[in-house]
Amino acid sequence: MSLAFSPDAERELERLVHRYPNRRAAVIPALILADREFGYLSREAMEYVAKRLEVPPSWVMGSATFYTMLRKRPTGKHHIQVCVNVACYLRGADRLGDHLKKRLGIGFGEVTTDGLFSLEGVQCLAACGTAPVLRVNDEYHEDMTIEKADALIESLRRAPEGAPSPGPGGGR
Amino acid sequence: MIAIPDNPTRGHLLRCGPGESIRDLKAHQALGGLKALRHALTMQPAAVVEEVRKATIRGRGGAGFPAGTKWSFLPKDNPKPRYLVINADEGEPGTFKDRYFLRQDPFALLEGIAISAFAIGAHAAYVYVRGEFVQEIRILEDAIDRMRKEGVLGRSVLESGFHLDIHVHPGAGAYICGEESALLESIEGKPGRPRNRPPFPAVAGLWGCPTIINNVETMACVRLVLLHGADAFLAMGQPKDGGPKIYGLSGHVKRPGLYEAPLGLTLRQLIYDLGGGTLDDRPIKGIIPGGSSTPVLGPDALDVAMDFDSIKAAGSMLGTAAATVFTEGTCPVAVLLRISRFYAHESCGQCTPCREGTGWLERVVESIEHGTGRPGDCDLLLSAAGQILGNTICALGDAAALPVISFVNRYRDDFEAHITGKRCPYGAA
Ligand SMILES: Cc1cc2nc3c(=O)[nH]c(=O)nc-3n(C[C@H](O)[C@H](O)[C@H](O)COP(=O)(O)O)c2cc1C
Ligand code: FES
Repeated sequence: MSLAFSPDAERELERLVHRYPNRRAAVIPALILADREFGYLSREAMEYVAKRLEVPPSWVMGSATFYTMLRKRPTGKHHIQVCVNVACYLRGADRLGDHLKKRLGIGFGEVTTDGLFSLEGVQCLAACGTAPVLRVNDEYHEDMTIEKADALIESLRRAPEGAPSPGPGGGR
Repeated sequence: MIAIPDNPTRGHLLRCGPGESIRDLKAHQALGGLKALRHALTMQPAAVVEEVRKATIRGRGGAGFPAGTKWSFLPKDNPKPRYLVINADEGEPGTFKDRYFLRQDPFALLEGIAISAFAIGAHAAYVYVRGEFVQEIRILEDAIDRMRKEGVLGRSVLESGFHLDIHVHPGAGAYICGEESALLESIEGKPGRPRNRPPFPAVAGLWGCPTIINNVETMACVRLVLLHGADAFLAMGQPKDGGPKIYGLSGHVKRPGLYEAPLGLTLRQLIYDLGGGTLDDRPIKGIIPGGSSTPVLGPDALDVAMDFDSIKAAGSMLGTAAATVFTEGTCPVAVLLRISRFYAHESCGQCTPCREGTGWLERVVESIEHGTGRPGDCDLLLSAAGQILGNTICALGDAAALPVISFVNRYRDDFEAHITGKRCPYGAA
C-alpha cells in the first residue's frame, strides 16, 4: 500500500515548505502532519515525508526518533494522556490514572481491544494551575476529577468523532 | 514590602482574567493595542533598544538575563539576515504562564514580537510553541493571519516600510528544546541537542545567522515598555528588577492559578494572600519556587521576596516564578522521584555526566522510595548530583542535580526513615 496525503494535508505541506529558507527545517512540522494523517509514523510514513521534502530519509528518521510526541506505533482513536508530573501528582493524578486504567482495562502504553482508547502517562503539560490534567487527542481537560473523567469517557464513547471542548482554563 | 494589587488575576500583563480572552484585533486595539508598535515605528531602532535596555527587562524564561543587554550583543557588521526566535516551549514543570498569552492574549505577544523585531532589525520571527499546544497554535496562527490581512504584519508593517513575517514552529515533545540552542537545532529540523558555546546565538544562531531568543512573557514586557516608557515600567517593580511579573501557583493551595504583581512579592503573599492558603489549612512542608529545577525551600522561607536576587540569597532561584506548594503529610521522596524521573527522561543523552547521572539519580531515589534504599544512599545522591553540576554543555544537568541536593539536604530525616524502615512511611510508594 502506498501512502498519500489528503488534499488538506497537501495544502498544509505547501505552506510549511514556504515558511523556511530550506526544506530540512520543515521536517518536524511535516512529521507532525504525517502522524496526524496516517495515525502514527510507520517506517513507510517517514520515508514518504523524506520523499516529499526531498531530504535524505536518515534525517527524517533521526528527528522522528528523537521527539516523543511523534507516535511510532498506533494509538486508540481517543488517545488519553494523563499528566503524572509534580503539580498533577499533588492534586491526585495517580488516583485519576489508576481509575482510568481500571475503567478501560488497560495500562499506560496500551490500547483497548476495540481500538477506541489508549492511555499514556506524560510529563508536565504546562497547565499545572488547573491540575490534574488530561489531554485527549488535541484537547486539554483540566481540573479533572474521577467524576469528570467518567463523564468524559462516556461522551467519547457516544461521540467518537471528537471530545467536547472544555473552554479556556478548563472552564474555570 | 509589595502592596497586594486589588485584583491580582488581572494587570498590565494579565489583561484577561481566568476564562476571558482577547482574540479579536479590534478588541486589542480598543484596549490600546498597536499604540506601542506605532510609537516604536516612529523611533530609530537603536532608540527602541535603548529604551528596552533602560527598562532592564530581566528575561522571563528563567535565567533573568536583561533583554536589552542581550540585544546589544548582535554584531553590527554582519551582512547575514537576523532572526528573532520566541521561546514558547513552556517545558519547565510547574510553569503555565506562556500558555496564557498564546491562548487568551495572542495580540499582546505578537505586538511585542513586532516591536522587538523592528528594534533588532529582524524580518522574520519564529515562535517555537510546544507541540501539545495544538489549539494554542491555531489561535496564534489565526491572530497572525488577521494582522497580516490588516497590514500590521507583512511587507510594510503599519505602512512604515518595515517588512516582518512571523511564523509558528511546533515542537514535538522534548523538554530539552526549551534550551535555546537546542531550540535552534529543532527549528532547523534536527534532534534538539544543545550546541557548544561560543559562538552565542546573537553571533551565529539560526542557520548560522545572528539570532535573538526571548521568552513569550519577555515579549509582552517589551510592549509595555514601549506603551508606558522605560521609567513607568521600572516604577511598576523594584528598581533593579523592573516591571510586573506573572506568578504561577500550583499544588496544595486553595486557589492555584496565575497572578500578576510586581517582582518582589513574598512567598507568603503569593501563597496566602493571593492563593488563599493551603488546602485544609495544613502547614507547608515545601515550596518549589520557580519550576521543578529550582531548589526546594521550607516554610522558613515564606518571607523571602520573589525577585531574582532575594530568592538566590535564600538558596534557590526565581526561575519562572511558578511556585508549587506541598503540605505536611506529603512524602518528599515521592515528590523528588517525579522530578528526577522527568529529568532522566528528558536528558538528550549528549553529555555523559547528564545521560548516566540523571538515570542513576532516578534509580536511587526510586529504590529509596520503594524501601530498598541502602545506608549511605543519601551521601551517594549528593556526590552523584555534585558530579553532574557544571559538567554539561547545557543547564539540564544542573536542573536535574539541584533538586536532588536540596531535597536530600532539607528532608534528610525523611530519606533516612525510608532506608531504615525499608518502606515509605507516608505510604506513598
Ligand atoms: C533545559 C532547559 C529548558 C528550558 N526551557 C525553557 C522554556 O521552556 N521556555 C523558556 O522561555 N526558556 C527556557 N529555557 C531558557 C532558555 O534557554 C533561554 O534562556 C530563554 O528562552 C531566553 O529568554 P529570556 O531571556 O527572554 O528569558 C530553558 C533552559 C534550559 C537549560
Ligand atoms: S504537572 Fe501536570 S500540567 Fe504541569
